[in-house]
Amino acid sequence: MQTKNTKTFYLIPYFAWILLFVIAPIALIAYYSLFDLSGNFTLDNYKNFFTSIYLKLTLSSFWYAFLITFFSLIVAYPTAYLLTKTKHKQLWLLLIIIPSWINLLLKTYAFIGIFGLYGPINAFLNVFGFGETQILFTDFSFIFVSVYIFIPFMILPIFNALDKLNPSLIDASRDLGASSWTTFTKVIFPLTTNGVKAGIQAVFIPSLSLFMITRLIAGNKVITLGTAIEQQFLVTQNWGMGSTIAVFLIIFMVIVMIITGQREKGATSNGKN
Amino acid sequence: MRDIIKAAVAIIIVCIALFFVNDYLNKSSGKASSDTVTIYNWGEYIDPDLIAQFEEESGYRVVYETFDSNEAMMTKIEQGGTSYDIAVPSEYAIEKMKENDLLLPIDHSMIPNLKNIDPYFLDLSFDPKNEFSIPYFWGTVGIVFNPSLLDGQTFDSWEALWDPSLKGQVLLVDSAREVIGMGLNSLGYSLNSTDENELAEAAAKLSKLTPNVKAIIGDEVTQLMVNEEAPVALTWSGQAADMMWENEELDYSVPEEGSNLWFDNMVIPKTAANVVGAHAFINFMLDAEVAAQNADYVGYSIPNAAAMELMDEEVISDERFYPTEETRDHLEVYNNLGLEMLGNYNELFLKFKMSTN
Repeated sequence: MQTKNTKTFYLIPYFAWILLFVIAPIALIAYYSLFDLSGNFTLDNYKNFFTSIYLKLTLSSFWYAFLITFFSLIVAYPTAYLLTKTKHKQLWLLLIIIPSWINLLLKTYAFIGIFGLYGPINAFLNVFGFGETQILFTDFSFIFVSVYIFIPFMILPIFNALDKLNPSLIDASRDLGASSWTTFTKVIFPLTTNGVKAGIQAVFIPSLSLFMITRLIAGNKVITLGTAIEQQFLVTQNWGMGSTIAVFLIIFMVIVMIITGQREKGATSNGKN
Repeated sequence: MRDIIKAAVAIIIVCIALFFVNDYLNKSSGKASSDTVTIYNWGEYIDPDLIAQFEEESGYRVVYETFDSNEAMMTKIEQGGTSYDIAVPSEYAIEKMKENDLLLPIDHSMIPNLKNIDPYFLDLSFDPKNEFSIPYFWGTVGIVFNPSLLDGQTFDSWEALWDPSLKGQVLLVDSAREVIGMGLNSLGYSLNSTDENELAEAAAKLSKLTPNVKAIIGDEVTQLMVNEEAPVALTWSGQAADMMWENEELDYSVPEEGSNLWFDNMVIPKTAANVVGAHAFINFMLDAEVAAQNADYVGYSIPNAAAMELMDEEVISDERFYPTEETRDHLEVYNNLGLEMLGNYNELFLKFKMSTN
């Protein structure tokens, strides 16, 4: 009995937290989404969402989130692989993590200077005879900065998965005559998919609702669901519509979680549980 | 187990102790009492020396806080729990605050310096007879540009922004009223238009501007213009004055088709704790010398005729920042359009932003 009571006692903070900071806010968002500007109960907000502008917004958010995740993955996987091969991997890992301790807004402001017409990148391009190039406020700068900001969250889970991979499996694969490429596609990658999935979750979902970077780096030429929510709450003061977009954002996030969710069967090699 | 309880109890005791300390500090610093005046103003919108001077002359202690948008300011006052004695909203926000019953009437007999204000700025449509508000600064919306980066274009007309030679060069402010207003003005319509066809026409006109748009941003405009990252930007007169202060190449123009004329005004929110002190502060700010010093520091245009006599002739005769009454008549003040219309403006603006890429 003693242990059961203790267990219940320990669960109280957890449930209180979940109730206050997860369930209650989501319930409030859902509740607010059902009211229009004058406080009448209505489903119009949901109807409005399915007009062309918000659908287009959703599609473009997904497209940019996809690009950010894709480039993060392309860079992160080889990096993580290389890290597992280095001598002082914890040190190298730390060097990758440290930038994520710096405030996101500060890093973003730094890029305004770096990408500026008279910034170091343009100075570098000038050396090679390129004229002043507009880098800031382009798709390129937006994707680049977003990837820079999110990449630690992609590297970490992949690194963990690779690091826990049993090297004898790779040896076995090579012994049995598989080429390096076959070893990678048939052994290494399948055994680290959980790390990749966790990385995709950690990058794709926040990318959907990025908003300060869209203004500072993309000059509002890229609009995400996050920007739209901010506008509805702060400028238009249409909390109903803002909440409705937030409800859809939550739904999209749940869908992404389900698609990239970890399957509970068999022995996973990433060492969870 | 026992340790956890001990730790929890310790934390609770510390919290309670901190609460009392905080309470004590607030009391001893005189928060929200009758010998302080709490002022809620825009950032960089007063000469700090004047606060010290007011404290000395009046004996009140000043608590000074800042906000960065009318909406944020209104939300904070509406939610209560604050005791601002003075706030400085723009005209359309005053209309809204009056509607929501957030303001206290101002007793003109306690503000003898009101006589210093140019009558042009009194008794305006958003607050007849200045029952609730006293003018603080005013200005316009226009185009700031850098002739050294352009081939002699001028911006006497909004049309100039549509010039194909400005491809990817124009900075806009991230604000629906200013940008849609510009679209309406460029067609000769009122920037308070609620006519669906006029708004649709303005949106169509703006969609032709998209190739020229470099970015739609907030206060970063100042830095980008000063650093010559862009040659042209839509902005407010005071912000333009700031930029021109830092980079002398820059110039400012209010297009002749019309634009926005705005007024920021001192008001006394309903939650004020020191109404007498608030009146004393308003009266102090209207003093000719004080207002002149403040205008010199802040860089926006003042409505204070007596103060203008004390100011540098060069500053007040600069028609870019002190446009003649004739020019001002072309300009329009924002009306409070109501939340629904504001929502329409914002949706058009959102569509515009999405089409810029």
